[in-house]
Amino acid sequence: MTDVGLARLQFGTMTIYHFIFVPITIGTAFVLAILETRYWKTRKPEDRKVLDFFGRLFLINFAVGVVTGILQEFQFGMNWSNYSRFVGDVFGAPLAVEALAAFFLESTFVGVWIFGWDRISPRLHTWSMWLVAIGTSLSAFWILTANSFMQEPVGYRLIHGHAAMDNFFALLGNPQLWVEFPHVEAAALTTGGFFVASISAYFLRFKKEYREWYMPAFRIGLIVAAVGSVMVVVIGHDQAQHLIFAQPMKMAASEALWHDSALHASWSIVSFFNPVTHYTWFSIPVPYMLSILAYNRLTGRVRGISTLQSLYVHRYGPGNYVPPVLVTYWSFRLMILIGFLMAIMAILGLWYVRKHQVEGHPTYLKLMNWSILLPSFGNIMGWVMTEVGRQPWIVFGLQKTVHGVSPTVPIYEVAISFTGFTLLYLIIGIIEVRLLLKYIGLGPEAHEAYVAPSDDGILQPE
Amino acid sequence: MTLPVIWFVLIAVLFVGYLYLEGFDYGVGMLVPWLGKTDQERRAIIATIGPVWDANEVWLITAGGALFAAFPNWYATLFSGFYLGLALLLAALILRGVALEFRSKDARPEWRRRWDVLIVIGSAIPPIVWGLAMGNLLHGVPINQQMNYVGNFLTLLNPYALVGAVATLLLMLLHGALYLDLKAPEELAQRAHRAAYQIGRLATVFYFAFVIMSYVYANFAHKLGLDPGPIPVLAGVSIIAVRFLLPAHHRGWAFFACGLTIILSTISVFLALFPRVMISSLNPHWSLTIYNAASNTYSLRVMTIVAVSVLPLVLAYQAWTYWVFRQRVSFKDTWHY
Ligand code: HDD
Ligand code: HEM
Ligand code: HEM
Repeated sequence: MTDVGLARLQFGTMTIYHFIFVPITIGTAFVLAILETRYWKTRKPEDRKVLDFFGRLFLINFAVGVVTGILQEFQFGMNWSNYSRFVGDVFGAPLAVEALAAFFLESTFVGVWIFGWDRISPRLHTWSMWLVAIGTSLSAFWILTANSFMQEPVGYRLIHGHAAMDNFFALLGNPQLWVEFPHVEAAALTTGGFFVASISAYFLRFKKEYREWYMPAFRIGLIVAAVGSVMVVVIGHDQAQHLIFAQPMKMAASEALWHDSALHASWSIVSFFNPVTHYTWFSIPVPYMLSILAYNRLTGRVRGISTLQSLYVHRYGPGNYVPPVLVTYWSFRLMILIGFLMAIMAILGLWYVRKHQVEGHPTYLKLMNWSILLPSFGNIMGWVMTEVGRQPWIVFGLQKTVHGVSPTVPIYEVAISFTGFTLLYLIIGIIEVRLLLKYIGLGPEAHEAYVAPSDDGILQPE
Repeated sequence: MTLPVIWFVLIAVLFVGYLYLEGFDYGVGMLVPWLGKTDQERRAIIATIGPVWDANEVWLITAGGALFAAFPNWYATLFSGFYLGLALLLAALILRGVALEFRSKDARPEWRRRWDVLIVIGSAIPPIVWGLAMGNLLHGVPINQQMNYVGNFLTLLNPYALVGAVATLLLMLLHGALYLDLKAPEELAQRAHRAAYQIGRLATVFYFAFVIMSYVYANFAHKLGLDPGPIPVLAGVSIIAVRFLLPAHHRGWAFFACGLTIILSTISVFLALFPRVMISSLNPHWSLTIYNAASNTYSLRVMTIVAVSVLPLVLAYQAWTYWVFRQRVSFKDTWHY
């Protein structure tokens, strides 16, 4: 494997891993803030127990989100030093603001929230969780500002071969940001909604004694999930329309559109093709759909890969400008599938809640348990499509990925750190999942780690 | 002051904040199994830093972000150059973070013992790596004309830097012991108090060894950017002062004096570098300075406005949390960790 290949593999692995925990944190913080606000109104002991229960799960997840984030902050310098020199001026700013304006907020107030139960007023305590939720969303905003610059560079000038910021507000007003941020934020809220609703569904299904306790959390989680998933789909549509203009090659690749489409472009639900010969041997097309997706009307051509390739050669010089089509095509399809599945699951659940029929649908509850995986899978597919579809560029139109790597870091050092971190992450991931399962199993009345200390000092095992 | 100078100062401030605050976190982490004989006591020790360690760590993350934004070339050269060292640091921070969060999530003694070991390792590696980095930054490292580091990992392990690493480790250990003297339940605080004498002695010896080597081995005096003047001396005086404040039971002052040593020595390092940020041992002209490593004026100006408006707010609410959690930890509390 080449050094660029390895560096990409490392970046992709570490970032996707970080982003498994991130949306759970963002969404669950929001749901917890709602649950706590509600608790101080009802003041029912069981509401507090359920809140604490989800709080425990939240914190287990939060810990992994935080520690994997630390690596992210330094990765650009380690493997991508040429990239860092090239864009640091523009790209570093949102990263620094993120730390200053968002990370301090969330990490400080999560501490206040955990330890503050009997030190500060209920109002302040509830505010702490709201501030955590706001902090995590702010952090998403700033990091996506940085990422949007890579997708669609704005607000810069090229000076002596590097990008120099000349308009901060252009960075904040980046059209890419204003489709990307709402899409990711909605996806994250949905992730949190499903996290809470799916785990509540487990209690509704198996732990009948707690049915009443978990009903409110189930309902609130579903509302967040339903609103979120509809937003994800609607904004995703906007995003695709933006893509047609901003990065047409990515769009063509996610459609496996080798040649310009017909005037009435159809959209394939699935299509099996050979990416080398471009031969399509099976496809289920939906007539007009691509024109509708792209332009909201029945007519409209979409440019194909070969047209764009010759256009890019003309504009940027010789080279291959086609991203891996197979990956972008399928990640896009799966993302969309998941979007609709999530919306169906959430809305159906709300319908049953409204009709007081939840317990009458064990199959639904069972599916709901497993639906906890849907949003995370969707998030991963989304990033794969976005980042792989941007290739061969690291900064679209300005710098190619091959020119972004650190020139003097020996490949064995990259291999050492990649292997080390992958193993570390694997182990941490396994432990985290087991802890989550254990604490779900212990239920809302788990004491263990939270009991008042006993006199002899040593905690007895269960 | 020009913008690059302002940012040099701001980054120094962020590192001072990080080393001061995480300094005692690391010290406390290393002391967990030594001062805490029973599981109860260990939990009490961890509880002293429970509400604050995560926010303290953000000082480092902010310093990293600020480095990237204000001096992209410094960020790029430093982290691609000290690659394995940084990887080690990050692995340690990852392990330490999960260990602190997870250790009390299961009651089995083996489980807790295993995480405790990781807390110690994860807390010991960062001071070692920063000590190494500091030594090498002062000494200079092989940097070529294209600003790329051309040495390898072993280049960084010279005797001077190793002494720096031990000195930093001991200093933070002392800082942690003094913090526990203030915050831990009374019996534990007594133990920390006694430990501080022993650690303090060693820390002082290594601290001075490092200062002397800076002049002799690293040829500090001839390479100085700005003469730090009496600041390193004051740092030395203040670590000695700890020895005299302890018996008089001026616990708060002893903690402060040790912290002052950390602050003043960090300032000395930054002054000695100024206006360079990474010294090339191959050719002085290839060194990175705050001028050739900086972002352009526009982005520095934007960043200054953001920093000046947000940082005071951050300081205010961080100070508020220290106020909320000002009480000594007690065995009667219910703990999260
Ligand atoms: C859309 C949201 C999003 C995205 C794309 C990323 N992150 Fe992240 N990050 C978060 C949203 C987030 C968060 C929700 O704010 C986290 C997750 C758990 C947490 O505590 O905060 C976080 C944690 C987190 C931390 C630890 C903060 C702390 O100690 O409190 C760092 C340093 C980073 N991230 C840095 C990055 C970098 C450099 C990224 C780009 C490659 C990145 N994150 C992608
Ligand atoms: C957290 C969500 C993100 C995920 C899951 C993600 C995913 C990926 C993946 C899969 C790759 C590898 C693509 C390939 O090599 O084919 C990649 C590359 C990259 N991404 Fe992202 N990305 C995320 C966010 C970001 C953000 C926010 C930034 C910038 C701040 C960023 C910057 C980069 C860089 C520098 C590379 C390396 C060059 C490359 O291979 O394209 N990514 N990312
Ligand atoms: C009908 C449903 C959906 C459509 C039409 C859609 C559309 C898109 C498009 C076009 C992109 C690429 C944007 C770019 O490269 O600039 C994207 C990215 C992404 N999608 Fe979706 N999406 C849908 C559902 C989902 C779902 C269900 C999730 C997760 C729960 C999700 C999460 C993401 C993420 C995390 C990204 C990467 C960040 C970004 O570029 O916004 N999407 N989506």
